[in-house]
Amino acid sequence: MRFVTDLGEGLRIAFRALRASRMRAVLTTLGIVIGVTTVLLMITIILGLNKAVAGQFSFLGTNTLYVSRWSWFDDNWRAMLKRPVVKVEMADRIREESQLAVAVSPWGDTQRSVANRSNRLTRVQVMGVSEDYLVTNSIKLDLGRFISEDDVSHNRQVAVIGHGISEKLFDRVGPLDQRIDVGGHKFRVVGVNAKMGRFFGRDMDDFVLIPITAFTKRFARTGDVDIVVKAATAEQLGDLEWELRGIMRRLRNLGPLDPDDFGINSQSMIMNIYRQVTGSIYAGGIIIAFISLLVGGIGIMNIMLVSVNERTSEIGLRKALGARRWMVAWQFLLESAAICALGGIIGVVLAFAGSKVMNNFIPTSMPLWVVGFGVGFAAMVGIFFGLYPSMKAARLSPIEALRQE
Amino acid sequence: MSSLSPNGHLIEMRDLVKIYKVGSEQVHALRGLDLAIGSNEYLAIMGPSGSGKSTLMNLIGCLDTPTSGDYYLAGENVARLSDGRLAEIRNQRIGFVFQTFNLLPRATALHNVELPLIYAGLKASVRHRRAKEALAVVGLDDRMHHRPNELSGGQRQRVAIARAIVTNPSIILADEPTGNLDTKTGAEIMKIFDQIYDAGNTIVLVTHEEDIARHTGRIVRLRDGQIESDELRKA
Repeated sequence: MRFVTDLGEGLRIAFRALRASRMRAVLTTLGIVIGVTTVLLMITIILGLNKAVAGQFSFLGTNTLYVSRWSWFDDNWRAMLKRPVVKVEMADRIREESQLAVAVSPWGDTQRSVANRSNRLTRVQVMGVSEDYLVTNSIKLDLGRFISEDDVSHNRQVAVIGHGISEKLFDRVGPLDQRIDVGGHKFRVVGVNAKMGRFFGRDMDDFVLIPITAFTKRFARTGDVDIVVKAATAEQLGDLEWELRGIMRRLRNLGPLDPDDFGINSQSMIMNIYRQVTGSIYAGGIIIAFISLLVGGIGIMNIMLVSVNERTSEIGLRKALGARRWMVAWQFLLESAAICALGGIIGVVLAFAGSKVMNNFIPTSMPLWVVGFGVGFAAMVGIFFGLYPSMKAARLSPIEALRQE
Repeated sequence: MSSLSPNGHLIEMRDLVKIYKVGSEQVHALRGLDLAIGSNEYLAIMGPSGSGKSTLMNLIGCLDTPTSGDYYLAGENVARLSDGRLAEIRNQRIGFVFQTFNLLPRATALHNVELPLIYAGLKASVRHRRAKEALAVVGLDDRMHHRPNELSGGQRQRVAIARAIVTNPSIILADEPTGNLDTKTGAEIMKIFDQIYDAGNTIVLVTHEEDIARHTGRIVRLRDGQIESDELRKA
């Protein structure tokens, strides 16, 4: 009961003191505001990235491996250039020989202009795939059908277009069965992919899928493609990788001592890089936040010492009337926590606005607990840096304190 | 009121010594003082500055502890109590009235009077009721939502008196209560003290004004840390 009544009164006193010296309060809380804003922006960015990554790395397919001439995170380009290309036919061999593969699709990509009679889009990602790509990459369609086995085997000039392409080229008419020009060749639209949204500022819906056979014929004369292989579960990915390595080495007639002349790539490689990047963002953010909270906290301590000084006679009076040491300490701790929490609230508001702005460039996410964390953390800083001034106030002798008027 | 000292007094001080250290020098503020005050006594402590008057007041008010000697307040020896226990004693037993009123400037009269009850840990509803009653005693029940800067000096001191009596203390300790007031207002304040005394309270006034001391039934004069004279008067 005593806490509650004192809490209300303490808060009122705190905010009256703040109003009495607005400029001072603003300057005092500035460090806290910057600290909290930084921490929260970091958290919202990381959370947003995590969320987006979880959702959007699915464009690589879940539980998939990419067999390729290139090892994704190997810098030795010169050695890899000497490797033989991975041909479309290898997809068939893998499909025949692998026990663990659920679906296998060749995959090639290039950037071409895409146009119809009214609009022209440049540098669109054009990908060649087989019917299995529907499974490997969990494709969901809004309209029409996916590329079929017949489309691939008969080398048909058909296309499944991304949602963005559909919107940009066909704002009036339905896209199905319309002709589009892809890199100078006519294709017929048979399907439209479901909307995927934005990722790292990049529109994930601007792509065109065509049969791999048409792709190699028109756009990839070397025939160099990747092969997407899907495992049934994430646990089987490791086994699948070994199996694929064995199949590829046999296909390539490699001796026991020869190094792999191909790469088997997985999302986890990207995820590892991603974690390293976000890890350093975290570390940087924590350091910046720590420094600004330290500066802010010292500011709070300073202002609280001034406050204790200014209100010496009030402290004396309260002690004379029966306030015990901890009650006086509590009052000043509360005031310090309230100032910091106020800074925290401002920080939350700024971070919220900031995350809205940044959402245009990178995905952000600000759940409610982040708000509570920001304000709570600021209050903790207030309590920590308010300890010394509060102790000082609590230890004042009532006689000495009353003597000052 | 029920518990008294071994000899049946509300306040009993025996051989009270207070020595301050000022730098390397020792100042003997009180040199073995004996004083007994009964329940419902009206007493003035007088003396020139440096006589130990303030020191004695601080000790009576449990704001300080003596270097040696005993002080029984309502049957309890408070001479060597801890800081926290003394705060409780002050809260329950002592009602302070200061020369400079010492009200919280930003709080209403009602809240100022409630303050000791907050530290006593009472519920808000009880606090409000008792604070209003105390303000009624000093005739300020129509001003309870005013802040100190909206009140005259006399009114402020009446708020302070209400704050002193609100806990129903064993003793009301007033330090130059009219020192910052004009003569007429001072007289009004003294009338309130007289009234509170008549209601059965014990009042100790610390003053250097004979006019004020004349309201009381007993005048204790100090000199050099000892009692110079202790004179009973007929009111």
